[in-house]
Amino acid sequence: MANKATIITDPDPFTGKLTWDSIPLHDPVILPVMIAVILGGLALLIVITKMGKWQYLWDEWFTSVDHKKIGIMYIIAAIVMLIRGFSDALMMRAQQAFATADSVGAGYLPPEHYDQIFTAHGVIMIFFVAMPLVVGLMNVIVPLQIGARDVAFPFLNSLSFWLFVVGAILINISLFLGEFAATGWLAYPPLSGIEYSPWVGVDYWLWALQISGIGTLLTGVNFFVTILRMRAPGMKLMQMPVFTWTSLCANVLIIASFPILTVTLTLLTLDRYLGTHFFTNDLGGNQMMYVNLIWAWGHPEVYILILPAFGIFSEITSTFSRKRLFGYTSLVWATAAIMVLAMVVWLHHFFTMGAGASVNAFFGIATMIISIPTGVKIFNWLFTMYKGRVEFTASMWWTCSFLFTFTIGGMTGVMLAIPAADFVLHNSLFLIAHFHNVIIGGAVFGYFAGITYWFSKATGFTLDEKLGKIACALWTIGFFIAFMPLYILGFNGMTRRLNYYDNPDWAPMLWIAAFGAIVILAGILVQLYQIFISIRDRHKNKDLTGDPWNGRTLEWATSSPPPFYNFATMPKIHDRDEHYYKKEHGIAYEQPEKYAPIHMPKNTWAGIVISGFSLVLGFAFIWHIWWMAIFGFVGAIASWIIYSFERSKDYYVQVPEIEQIESVHLADIAEHHPISKTSP
Amino acid sequence: MLNKIIKTALLCTLMISLSGCELALFDPKGPVGEQAKLLIFISVGLMLIVIIPVIFMTFYFPYKYRSTNKNAEYKPHWEHSTKIELIVWLIPCLIIIVLATVTYQTSHSLDPRKPLGKNEDTVTIQVVAMDWKWLFIYPEQQIATVNEIAIPVNKPIEFLITSDTVMNSFFIPRLGSQIYAMAGMENRLNLMASEQGVFRGMSANYSGFGFSGMKFKTHALDQAGFEQWISKVKRSPIKLDEKMYQMLSKKTKDHAVQHFHDVDPLHFKKTIEKYTGVQSGK
Repeated sequence: MANKATIITDPDPFTGKLTWDSIPLHDPVILPVMIAVILGGLALLIVITKMGKWQYLWDEWFTSVDHKKIGIMYIIAAIVMLIRGFSDALMMRAQQAFATADSVGAGYLPPEHYDQIFTAHGVIMIFFVAMPLVVGLMNVIVPLQIGARDVAFPFLNSLSFWLFVVGAILINISLFLGEFAATGWLAYPPLSGIEYSPWVGVDYWLWALQISGIGTLLTGVNFFVTILRMRAPGMKLMQMPVFTWTSLCANVLIIASFPILTVTLTLLTLDRYLGTHFFTNDLGGNQMMYVNLIWAWGHPEVYILILPAFGIFSEITSTFSRKRLFGYTSLVWATAAIMVLAMVVWLHHFFTMGAGASVNAFFGIATMIISIPTGVKIFNWLFTMYKGRVEFTASMWWTCSFLFTFTIGGMTGVMLAIPAADFVLHNSLFLIAHFHNVIIGGAVFGYFAGITYWFSKATGFTLDEKLGKIACALWTIGFFIAFMPLYILGFNGMTRRLNYYDNPDWAPMLWIAAFGAIVILAGILVQLYQIFISIRDRHKNKDLTGDPWNGRTLEWATSSPPPFYNFATMPKIHDRDEHYYKKEHGIAYEQPEKYAPIHMPKNTWAGIVISGFSLVLGFAFIWHIWWMAIFGFVGAIASWIIYSFERSKDYYVQVPEIEQIESVHLADIAEHHPISKTSP
Repeated sequence: MLNKIIKTALLCTLMISLSGCELALFDPKGPVGEQAKLLIFISVGLMLIVIIPVIFMTFYFPYKYRSTNKNAEYKPHWEHSTKIELIVWLIPCLIIIVLATVTYQTSHSLDPRKPLGKNEDTVTIQVVAMDWKWLFIYPEQQIATVNEIAIPVNKPIEFLITSDTVMNSFFIPRLGSQIYAMAGMENRLNLMASEQGVFRGMSANYSGFGFSGMKFKTHALDQAGFEQWISKVKRSPIKLDEKMYQMLSKKTKDHAVQHFHDVDPLHFKKTIEKYTGVQSGK
């Protein structure tokens, strides 16, 4: 913990700042967790070794460049990190529920620990839960929706994933070695500078985000190129499924904004490591520059999270309303408008920093304008249901819950966009309630809907519907119980990130909020149980046709899970709802006259090895162990060079193998007729 | 079950609307807060023009067009209507035009820098955010306090705000706006109290381990009470000199209220100039 950790100004040449004191053995909260994690990890390793699964994991998963497997690994990692991030949330709610006191010492967490928890919560939920869920779903679905056999740069995709894992590992190491940043999730300097945070916490934050951020940037480039260049013949831009459109826009935002993050983090790193003065109080440093830069990345980031969720809702609404999507063109234009506007509203995160009235008004109005295309989208989904035949599957439950919850979040967002109102609402719990309202009620519900909808596509069997609906109900109710009180507390002048407070009036609302968090916990437990049950009953829930929902877009034309090459022959696109069109015209599942060999990328060790060296590099920088940093750096670069000299990176799948795989699928189709072709 | 949920929801709404009159931002004690409150109500009212029909539709459409309702019309290929498109783009646009006008006007009328009255009536208070306490300097009265201020009611107050540490935000919810305190810079915030009372103030922007204790009480007093308070502070035996300031600069949590009878009138200026490299007095 930061207050007990000694500040080491003269690191040892061999071990850097690392000492035995870096392990928080004295902390009664962390120690049991540490023991549990170590024992659990050991148990996992032993089980894998006993079952002899290392070779399988290495060959089939760790070195895989198959976008579907990478997507699944992203989502598994996100679920693991969700448990960590949500534990932080529960600890915060518990602390605030019992922390009415005049002075420090209330509750069970001292500020030195609590402040790390709210920082970690924010960082984990955004970077290591929401981002991998988005990227994971994009990985699994986008190539299938556009009729591609893989992404444009399969090796980069593997590297992106493993660089993201490095970030997640660094954050988790910080729990047991040293401490994490206690600065708030965006680490505003000068608080995050070396003078005010001399501990390694901010360094963990910097290197975890820097390394995983580079992974995200590579993903952005990869999917941008994939969507623009690798669509099936005949698929015009305005025939792309909406999820692909929203993913394209999200990736444009990644390409435009993540370099800003990289540069900002680099400048802060220079401040902390080399004593430069970009963001310090003195010698010409400018903290306002940091706040501008970090939000110039940070605002597009929230649209990177929400746009693909909008795409998911569009697919689901259309499928389960058994109707074409209403207003496709205006939905696409609304998405593009949001993409552009997302880059010019960052200042609304700090109206209170003291910009002039006209500057504030400009950014306030720009922000409100975003609500117009967003509102149009909501109307489009509503009018997709209008005159449809709405089926209430679990993913449709998430969608309906989203429509209601997100509308409220949108309204409070516009309130915050008015500078003069923001002056009293900013930094209050109203703000916290607002962004959880749109991130949980918008983005996260979208990812859950997407996971429910596409689960069989990735795994070959569907998720239990009933448990999915229970989880959705618990999440929705829990969300409202947990966050409506925070809106009220914001109106009552309670600010964010308080470790204790001397106003007993606030306590009852915080108890209600804590109860809401427990209801959400129940929702998460039901989801974990749902996954367990569904895996257990996988033979019963098997998706034999590849099209369990009577779907409309191209991904449903493949088997579940699709063969590793996705499509045996390149589909020719006729319509926006291509698969539905073919079913309607009775030309779906036709066996092609002949197959041709398929060109595929080979698995590669390079992604995981380069990332492994990056992990060493990041860890060494955090602890100022320079020999190790050199080792990690040289190792990463050398691996990349060695990989680039490898000659055999691809191969052809031969016709007999394709025929064999395809005949199994076609036999399944013939035996288990896919859901009727035209009407529900 | 459903009945129970509806009942609980109604009860909660009732509780919220009843307690509404006590909420700090809905019961402001000054003109800035009053206008912020009005602005919140206006914006919510304008948005409800769209929000209410949307929420109605989110319940009605899925219900009416549920797959089991075979009487409802079904048009699987209907995907475009210029009329609906026009409405869903135009109405939000109109509302945003109105809201944008309000936003532009209030951004200027409620600009924290804008004085609330005549210059000679204005009481100036200089504010320095420190680890982890607030130092207040009354330059005209030549007094200083820690974690407590008094202001006369119905008189414009101008806060000049800086920081001698990391970024903080100076905020008295019942009076209105907040603004950031940053080292090497001066931010201005004009507020006024229209009623007597004690209002809580705090730092709204997280600033480190002692942040939760960065709170202070604002005593809004009548003119006589205010003058009495000033003379009480003046009777304090301690002076805010260089040595005292060094002591204050140490990191402390939950710093007790302190009064100082005398202070260097250039102290605030020097605190800012320390970071900008300008030499004061030369």
